Amino acid sequence: MIAIVDYGVGNLFSLKSSLNRIGAEAVVSGDAAVLKNADMILLPGVGAFEDAAKKLRDSGLAEVVISEAKNGKPLLGICLGMQLLFEKSMEYGEHAGLGLLKGSIEDLTPDIPSNLKVPHIGWNALNITRPHQLLKYVKEGDCVYFVHSFYAKPGANTIATAEYGTDVTAAVADGNVMGCQFHPEKSGEVGLNILRAFCEMEAAT
Amino acid sequence: MITKRIIPCLDVKDGRVVKGVNFLGLNDVSDPVALAQYYSDHGADELVFYDITASHEGRKLFTDILTRVAEQIFIPLTVGGGINTVEDFDRVLKCGADKVSVNSGAIRNPRLISEAARLYGDQCVVLSVDAKRVDGQFRVFAKGGREDTGMDAIQWIKQGVADGAGEIVLNSIDTDGVKQGFDLEMLDAVCQVVNVPVIASGGAGGVQDFVTLFQTLPKVDAGLAASIFHFGEVEIPTLKNTLAENGILVRR
Repeated sequence: MIAIVDYGVGNLFSLKSSLNRIGAEAVVSGDAAVLKNADMILLPGVGAFEDAAKKLRDSGLAEVVISEAKNGKPLLGICLGMQLLFEKSMEYGEHAGLGLLKGSIEDLTPDIPSNLKVPHIGWNALNITRPHQLLKYVKEGDCVYFVHSFYAKPGANTIATAEYGTDVTAAVADGNVMGCQFHPEKSGEVGLNILRAFCEMEAAT
Repeated sequence: MITKRIIPCLDVKDGRVVKGVNFLGLNDVSDPVALAQYYSDHGADELVFYDITASHEGRKLFTDILTRVAEQIFIPLTVGGGINTVEDFDRVLKCGADKVSVNSGAIRNPRLISEAARLYGDQCVVLSVDAKRVDGQFRVFAKGGREDTGMDAIQWIKQGVADGAGEIVLNSIDTDGVKQGFDLEMLDAVCQVVNVPVIASGGAGGVQDFVTLFQTLPKVDAGLAASIFHFGEVEIPTLKNTLAENGILVRR
């Protein structure tokens, strides 16, 4: 069973529907016990980093997500949920993340040509930079749907990037901790296949 | 880089798609869920659902349909029609919409754009404008293109973007239904003044019109159409192949 972490940020309807579509058993929950019992955890997120990080901490779920991840449970962060996995974000100040991945989230605007629009919204092609289980059904150049204004610069954990005036980290993985900057639940068959690949993983024991 | 988007628009009235048509293998062509699934399977990058129902019952039916679509279709969904308040935004976003399109509601209450953008983010607010040439000016029309508001379309769009509209759908009444191509002159005038995505609507009669659109106006992000897709006159996979052959970046 997959637990989608509900900490009062955004609409989880499409995400839950997409998991149902691929035959995965998913529950949306803000209950620590449910997260602990789950086989894998999905951390969604939209909106501002500071607000989301605060809600995740105040709900007590940040600790649960961190400890479950450290126990080897597969964890996938989506969009802002991926950004929250990092040490910090520079979105309007400096804000601490969960620190499960090394690195920081930066403003996209100064790093790309001024004729490109921010947010980075739309379908963009994936460049796979490191083969990974999460991307086992993905072909180089497959398009996925992005909506974001801040980004992770490619680093040691990057497994895929997208080109938008600079290389934007599209997917990350460090052991059982994974993330997608794009929305797999809005990326058609390619996105469903990424969720499918995640669901097929097993917890490290 | 970001691909150009091809967007079919589905007008829904009393739970049925208006102008439903004959697709191979599609038994009920006016079933919004089946048609949406068809388009999603055949390369549409996004879907626009437009609620043209007036009654309260019809509205409830529309949100039920939207929920069923969002349960089954995993590409971005934009919803418009009858959006007059932030409560209307909330109503359709909860059913799985990703973006909400405002038109007459924003003309009546321009603060709707800024209020919605503050609550849901700029990327969620689409300003849809029906415009027509009147006395050498691009004029905003309301009520489905029936009423001249007297407002200058370029100024109205500029203000809308300043207030937080994250995307513009520009429907030219002059070219709509004529099938002789998009209104390049009007689109160019809008692209000159805004830095958010502009979606061209009205006038597409065939594949070549989309090629001309994206080649002439590289700043246009997407092409939207209804009947040419519904009637099978243009099939999206064929359209995208032709666009790609012409050096235009598309998702395939």
